[in-house]
Amino acid sequence: MASLDQQLADLSADFAELSVQNRLDLLLEFANTIPEVPERLVGHPDLLERVEECQSPVFLLVEVDDGLVTIHFTVPREAPTTRGFASILHSLLSGRTVPEVLTASDSIPDSLSLSDAVSPLRLRGMRGMLARIKRQVEQKS
Amino acid sequence: MPIGFDTDAKINQYAHPEVLVTTDWVAANLATPGVVIVESDEDVLLYQTGHIPGAVRIDWHTDLNDPVRRDYLSDQAFSELLGSRGISRDSTVILYGDKSNWWASYTLWAFKLWGHNDVRLMDGGRDKWLAEGRDTVTTATEVTAVAYPVVARDDSVLRAFRDDVLAHLGLALIDVRSPQEYSGERTHMPDYPDEGALRAGHIPGAISVPWAKATNEDKSFRSREELEALYLGENKLTPGEPVIVYCRIGERSSHSWFVLHYLLGLPNVKNYDGSWTEWGSLVGVPIVKGTEPGKA
Repeated sequence: MASLDQQLADLSADFAELSVQNRLDLLLEFANTIPEVPERLVGHPDLLERVEECQSPVFLLVEVDDGLVTIHFTVPREAPTTRGFASILHSLLSGRTVPEVLTASDSIPDSLSLSDAVSPLRLRGMRGMLARIKRQVEQKS
Repeated sequence: MPIGFDTDAKINQYAHPEVLVTTDWVAANLATPGVVIVESDEDVLLYQTGHIPGAVRIDWHTDLNDPVRRDYLSDQAFSELLGSRGISRDSTVILYGDKSNWWASYTLWAFKLWGHNDVRLMDGGRDKWLAEGRDTVTTATEVTAVAYPVVARDDSVLRAFRDDVLAHLGLALIDVRSPQEYSGERTHMPDYPDEGALRAGHIPGAISVPWAKATNEDKSFRSREELEALYLGENKLTPGEPVIVYCRIGERSSHSWFVLHYLLGLPNVKNYDGSWTEWGSLVGVPIVKGTEPGKA
């Protein structure tokens, strides 16, 4: 696995070289490929934490096993932008070690050239997800 | 040639049936010359996941707001935006969107600030169109740009600023946010002290009528009789009195503004788009906490 820094730099470069419309297309690709939560979590929003910063009902659960972080998200299909944010964070952070996640840059949401395409207000939801992921990792490791 | 209004019985019970159409009407007018269908959503990607054939997109934040100041576009930029979407000054614009047409109502309100004459909402919005299994396409509509004149925005009739609200204290104010936001019990998340407004509660004298009380399960508007019972009966508004509505940033209150102004025909209703994110951070203005309106 490439380092988090490298993966983030590559993704930032991918977004930066696209037009605003194509950034939205790439974000939609992420939205469409977010992994489903495992069967044991389906229908159990009580086991997950609500991300209050998102206007749509978004839930996340972080599991730490043997020093590795696994992230689960449920985001409604009617909220593709939020699904896209969750999917990006999932692809960057899930499967990484506890120290990698805890030291991940808080400015990930700002480094993807999305504020023109999406608006800073909407990006706030992504910051909320990232902060909550880190807090859960801290609590569970 | 003027585009005909919807003759549907439900639509025609409202005070201004010329500003609302059914999904049936839209389905029958997809190719009518002079009609431009516009989707306005909370979610910036929804349009790409499937939209009404021929519809273009206008985003409340990235399109309608000035990119720097907290305000709407310049008159010049508005004219360029509409022209780029194939909308001319005499187009019949049909708006629809997610979240029971919150953002479509907001776009409609903005269009009215610039005095666009014929702009209508599709009752029930995006969700109703999808629930009825109607056609959608994912490819963006190709638009031939047209000329839209540069017209001056008029903020004096439909828009309230903070000083207007201060001068209005003691008169009818409606807070359309959730009961928790109204009472001030909803506090900031511990890790995010900079989010939203600095203070919680509501504007003194404002009554609480959450916006969603005006909608049915299928996201369409409630009947005129039900809306009159809610606003004129239970909440004792009188037709003719000046009313200001607000929420957090003015989007949910655009929905309530539409209901009061067009569906019930109240002549003097303004939307305070600064709303709680402004009032709750203003220095020195009065705020009431709790479930009672309180004294202005």
